[in-house]
Amino acid sequence: MSDQVDHSRRRLLTVATVGTGAIGAVFAAAPFLASWQPSARAKALGAPVDVDASKLEDGQMLKVVWRGQPVYVIRRSKAVVDSLGGHDALLADPNSEGSTQPDYIKASGAARARNADYWIGLAVCTHLGCSPLGAFEANNASQLSGVDLGQGWPGGFYCPCHGSKYDISGRVFKAQPAPKNLTVPPYAITADAHIVIGVDAAKTA
Amino acid sequence: MAAAPDTGNAGGFLGWIDARFPLSKLWREQVSEYYAPKNFNFWYYFGVLSMVVLANQLITGIFLTMSYKPSAAEAFSSVEFIMRDLDWGWLIRYMHSTGASAFFIVIYLHMFRALLYGSSRKPRELLWIFGCLIFLLLMAEAFMGYVLPWGNMSFWGAQVIVSLFGSLPVIGGGLVEWIRGDYVIADATLNRFFALHVAALPIALIFLVIAHLMALHEVGSNNPDGIEIKKLKGADGHPLDGIPFHPYYTVKDLAGIAMFLLLFCGVIFFAPTFGGLFLEAPNFEPANPLQTPPHIAPVWYFTPFYAMLRAVPSFAGTQVWGVLVMGGAIVVLFFLPWLDRSPVKSIRYRGPVYKIALAIFSVSFIILGICGLKPPAGIYPLLAKICTGLYFAFFLLMPWYTKIDSVKPVPQRVTGHA
Repeated sequence: MSDQVDHSRRRLLTVATVGTGAIGAVFAAAPFLASWQPSARAKALGAPVDVDASKLEDGQMLKVVWRGQPVYVIRRSKAVVDSLGGHDALLADPNSEGSTQPDYIKASGAARARNADYWIGLAVCTHLGCSPLGAFEANNASQLSGVDLGQGWPGGFYCPCHGSKYDISGRVFKAQPAPKNLTVPPYAITADAHIVIGVDAAKTA
Repeated sequence: MAAAPDTGNAGGFLGWIDARFPLSKLWREQVSEYYAPKNFNFWYYFGVLSMVVLANQLITGIFLTMSYKPSAAEAFSSVEFIMRDLDWGWLIRYMHSTGASAFFIVIYLHMFRALLYGSSRKPRELLWIFGCLIFLLLMAEAFMGYVLPWGNMSFWGAQVIVSLFGSLPVIGGGLVEWIRGDYVIADATLNRFFALHVAALPIALIFLVIAHLMALHEVGSNNPDGIEIKKLKGADGHPLDGIPFHPYYTVKDLAGIAMFLLLFCGVIFFAPTFGGLFLEAPNFEPANPLQTPPHIAPVWYFTPFYAMLRAVPSFAGTQVWGVLVMGGAIVVLFFLPWLDRSPVKSIRYRGPVYKIALAIFSVSFIILGICGLKPPAGIYPLLAKICTGLYFAFFLLMPWYTKIDSVKPVPQRVTGHA
């Protein structure tokens, strides 16, 4: 046995040992980091909701629950869709700049929808979280009992708590208690009018 | 080490311990023979006060965890239980909640002291960086602690702050889900924030405080004259301008602590919510995911940074810029020792440029704090934009304005006391 220390060999072994240990530490950390992901229970409770909207007639509305929040699904007639851009001057945020929605909804402008025939949005008033009521008939100021919607009502939502008014794309009118348009959740829509709330793209029809 | 030799073979119980654990050695090196400059002034109380508040938070926090239930279903009512049914629970909780605000008051003043006297400058850069890390951890600790009562402001504050990470490109959405452990702020979020607040972050904080003190005692304390007392040593090997920390500064600090506790107890007993600044009114209602408080504002100590976040408009279709500016406001602090190019440390020997810059910076920071409390309307958005600019200008232009600034000659010995 020589008393000589082979420093380069010692360095190589040190580097190799530390390197292997570091890789092991990274792998050992993975389960702990992964434990922060939504649990199986959270995933199940937050799963996307599939709504069959094909049976909806013009002017009808479905109310479904997604992740504990009420969501409206409305079928809009051609006439309503055509009139959507006509009252932008009355709205606080006609282009949804300051409101919450996926980018593809914002890009759709006045329709605020993937398919302009259907409007999907959270039934939660952006003021204090009440549930707005549907008042879809245009130019009908007294369709909700005890409420005067005013002249030239284009059709939309009325919040019974503090009187915020939204159009039928969930866009809030000027000078209302509500600061923002109704929130639109991510959703996908299939060719046969199945609406999947909670995902950006439907997997299969 | 003049007094060293007698300890190893000293008799008695202390001698028995010292042969097995460096108790006397530690006491001498860190306390009774740690020589601190003799000219410490008012600004030098806030280091020890932050330790007092840390101890307060640890002790009251431990007792709060004995009655608090970290679940979305029970958290709010368990805090109500502590306040109403638990003997002296109200006192323990108000000591903890007031302690959080007191922590930031003393830390902000402690940091301001460093700006006054150049305490971050060489050779104290690492000391400063440990301090910045403590500040960063303290912000995380305070934020998570604020979520625990599960009031409505807890919930919506968490909602707003956690969503900030969502504005980061590519990873944002997944990162937010990972932090929350759910698709909304939920039980899982509360539970993990509790774990971080009562275990992980306090351990890290204590570790960093020890590192901060070790670095301080290695390089020695700065002083209001910004000169190195170690350069001039007497025949006994101790700095001529230094006095032992114990008994001189332990006694002085006790007086400061007494004064602080007077004010601290005054708040606890007579104004625990401090007009909605220390405990916000919406937090006296339970968390309600369907009902946003009319105006979401963080607790006062975060408002300067919150104002910066809101001051930056969204650009190129993303709001990430505000988040980056807010993060940058903290990151820039770490570079302070290298941004300052003045040949002197203390403001006493600096010229008018630095004095004016520091005054503008301090006023801007306070205005930002006010802007962050107010709704973003009227004059406040413009004020916040201007003050955000001034905040960053103070740091980013520092290499130039500290260089051109005039300086006065620095004395050899500390001034003031005989």
